[in-house]
Amino acid sequence: MSDKHISMQSVRKTYRFFTLDDLTLELEPGQIIGFVGPNGAGKSTTIRLALGLIAPDAGEIRVLGHEIPRDQALAKREIGFVSDTMRLLPQATLGWHMKFVASIYPGWDDAYAASLVKCFNLRTEQNVRSLSSGEHVKATLLLALARRPKLLILDEPTSGLDPVARHEIISEFMDVLRDDSRSILFSSHNTVDVERISDRITFIDRGRLVESDDKERFLDRWRRIRLQLPPGTDEPRLPHVVGRSVDGQFVTLTIDGYSDELLAPFGAHVREVQRMNLEEIFVATVMHHREVRGQ
Amino acid sequence: MYSGIHISQTDERPMYLQILEQIRQRIAAGDWPAGKELPSIRALAAGLAVSVITVKRAYLDLESEGVIVTRHGKGSFVADVNGLAGELQEERLTEHLTAAAQLARGLGLTDDDLAARLRRAKRDLEKK
Repeated sequence: MSDKHISMQSVRKTYRFFTLDDLTLELEPGQIIGFVGPNGAGKSTTIRLALGLIAPDAGEIRVLGHEIPRDQALAKREIGFVSDTMRLLPQATLGWHMKFVASIYPGWDDAYAASLVKCFNLRTEQNVRSLSSGEHVKATLLLALARRPKLLILDEPTSGLDPVARHEIISEFMDVLRDDSRSILFSSHNTVDVERISDRITFIDRGRLVESDDKERFLDRWRRIRLQLPPGTDEPRLPHVVGRSVDGQFVTLTIDGYSDELLAPFGAHVREVQRMNLEEIFVATVMHHREVRGQ
Repeated sequence: MYSGIHISQTDERPMYLQILEQIRQRIAAGDWPAGKELPSIRALAAGLAVSVITVKRAYLDLESEGVIVTRHGKGSFVADVNGLAGELQEERLTEHLTAAAQLARGLGLTDDDLAARLRRAKRDLEKK
């Protein structure tokens, strides 16, 4: 248990208009977990709980083996946190920020920082005020990465970035994972990025964890199946159907828990079996859960 | 470093399968000879910017097919099996012939027509 980088057990946090409830989340060393949810789902609340910025009303949180929020100071030495809402001092230069962070964190790696400056095409003598929004994100990422933290927590790091900048940043994330004792919690609603780089995927909606699984298993479980049923044919009853739409003779089923055997009895009626991407799975999961919970 | 392998997110095949097939092609072509060490899972994942679990899945499948062997703590290597590359070529040939047979049926060709077409294709190749 203590070797997990993040362990949240049955965590609850109640606000006047929002409750995060029964949240259980685990992150192993060497893994990237993709944390996906619509706006207002509770992603940032979860991250703030993990960082010890707010205390839970119930449940247990441990990060890098430390009890949170009690020992947050110890945990934070080895956590790098980047959020798209983070702001650096506008009147100071990037170089000033780098010196400042280096003076606090002994793990600061000068050579790595210099290579990131080059790779992100930044200039240390430039005032933060004159950075573009993409450069600002890159600067905050650089300050977090160059400390070589064991755990990186990234809240919407790629939102608002152009495709080239996103590509550069994601390559840097993946480089971090060459070292199997480090890990990343990556919150985003960019499902394309999450699908590509995550080992595990967790969906959250309206304060509840909806689904959490290995990415490969996740993508394997879901299929969209199109059946053609001539008039008068009985519609086969398939298990694991979470969505169904009918258009004339064609029935489209969304299935969570697919296996090839499932289709065997309906061979002649099956017109198409499609895999689904993470975005489609995400939408189907969230819609289905809202339906089940009667919202 | 492994720029030869490309992952497409619009390809309908899952990413692990794209990696698996591209590695298999290299082995079948002989570019990656028996005994060659494959990049480590983490290095390939970082190089391709895809998750570790995706590359791991590709390697596990290649291993269960007997195309590569993984020695614990030492890495993964192209399997030293006699005629493995040949077997893979065989498999590809079967796939292509099946596809050709399907097309021929769609076009209404007889078996003799199809065989004649194959002979002609082979002749054209030899002329080049």
